[in-house]
Amino acid sequence: MSDTPVLADVIAVACAEAWRGDGEIFASGMGVMQMLGARLARATFEPDLMISDGEAFFIAGDLPIGGTDKVVEGWIPFRSVFDTVAGGRRHVMMGASQIDRYGNTNIANIGPWAKPKSQLLGVRGGPGNTVNNATSFFIPKHQTSVFVPVVDMVSGVGYDRAKKVGGFIAQRHDLRRVITNLGVFDFKTPDHAMRLVTLHPGVSLDDVVSNTGFELVVPAEVLISRGPTAQESAAINIIDPKGLRLREIAS
Amino acid sequence: MRNKLISETQAIASLESGMTLGIGGWGSRRKPMSLVRALLRSDITDLTVVSYGGPDVGLLCAAGKVKKLVYAFVSLDSIALEPHFRIARQSGTIPEPVEWDEGMLQWALFAASLRLPFLPTRAGLGSGVMDVNPTLKTINSPYADAEELLAVPALRLDAAFVHMNRADSRGNAQYLGPDLYFDDLFLGACEPGRRFVSAEKIIATQDLLKEGTFHTLKINRSMVDGVIHAPNGAHFTTCEPDYGRDEAFQKAYVDAARDPETWKAFTARFLSGDESTYQEQVVLWRAEVKAAQEATK
Repeated sequence: MSDTPVLADVIAVACAEAWRGDGEIFASGMGVMQMLGARLARATFEPDLMISDGEAFFIAGDLPIGGTDKVVEGWIPFRSVFDTVAGGRRHVMMGASQIDRYGNTNIANIGPWAKPKSQLLGVRGGPGNTVNNATSFFIPKHQTSVFVPVVDMVSGVGYDRAKKVGGFIAQRHDLRRVITNLGVFDFKTPDHAMRLVTLHPGVSLDDVVSNTGFELVVPAEVLISRGPTAQESAAINIIDPKGLRLREIAS
Repeated sequence: MRNKLISETQAIASLESGMTLGIGGWGSRRKPMSLVRALLRSDITDLTVVSYGGPDVGLLCAAGKVKKLVYAFVSLDSIALEPHFRIARQSGTIPEPVEWDEGMLQWALFAASLRLPFLPTRAGLGSGVMDVNPTLKTINSPYADAEELLAVPALRLDAAFVHMNRADSRGNAQYLGPDLYFDDLFLGACEPGRRFVSAEKIIATQDLLKEGTFHTLKINRSMVDGVIHAPNGAHFTTCEPDYGRDEAFQKAYVDAARDPETWKAFTARFLSGDESTYQEQVVLWRAEVKAAQEATK
């Protein structure tokens, strides 16, 4: 293996790492990198994860993204997804068009909600996801227009807002990781402000800080994101034989 | 014994402007498009539409028929953003948008189907949904935990459209695809009288278990007032296993929506005649695309 792994593979590993330790729960990925991460985690260090085909079935085995030769191990229509979310036995990795310091996210619209400059998806299941089950995010382009002081519409609940709601939601609120093209972030700080965890190879601290529109917690020692092991590289090539991940990430 | 077979036009004739209409399916999946197309041809307007939105919502918005829209998303799945919905939201032409979490829609329909005033949930609390829907109320658990929960109000429908793979003439209906979505709840939330099921094939009651197990019989005739025979009726959305999404046509729909002139041409060709004209034009369009592809080879 070369000294500098391909960035898309580093990110795939970082996405997979978000599910480490989750055990026998539904690992749900919304998007190519997210799905690759979930399937990579299951293929390697987290074998009990449940993975869906994105349609309505739990699949066993290492199904390539977009693959149709499925070994079905269960049925997960949307109604069962909602039940699983409310039951908390799921860790979803979503996308986000905006994210703030406490992990409030927006996939709904840019500009004022009443008359948006740009209508995006709508809040979808973001409100329910973020107060019920563990949620992580993959953001392909880390920039100040995405990492903002205040999101235009809160489709995903951040730590400050969860605290205000209080009770069950404040106690169980669980935003795990944010993975971008520059690095890996979490919320493991006293007030749950976003913290830099690792920088991807070749990325400087200044790259991250200058592309983040709010104050980031930077620990004294920042490690470099790891590349895939030989076993992980093999799994990545099985799950993503066409290299869809390379189109998601501009190297 | 009631024979409930009617046409799309007859179903639409029972609707009135200002009604609340629920539309089954999900995104660009198993949408009752032939009923939506019939509604587009009518004078009915000022609708409140409840939907896990796809091209049904886009088309009704483009036609200016939507006064109030209850949604969590509007998407074409393989194409993430629905063009007409985007235009309508960005130009402010939906007078009353009501944006909820996906699970809240399910709860609102389920509450209505159980004749409950509301159902409690956590989904929505703390999110922007609470900011943009100031009439939503919370309720405290009456038990020791006293947790504050969102009380999702029941959404009662005046009319409901769903599309199924098979149905008999009495209204027993069958889905053969991977997901019922929330179609049973749309029918359950609707007052008797305007609960319409379109189906790919109308079959004899004794044939209902020939293509699927009893698990596929989630819609029974007490939930249905009118049955419409609608072959290819979900086009261009999916109707597995009868057919998948017509991705090429969906792309043409999106391309046409980019510009008012091209949309006018699309409407004139595909949406101005009746359902059989639509289906004929789709067949002709496919042949034209194929001929054009062969010509460039």
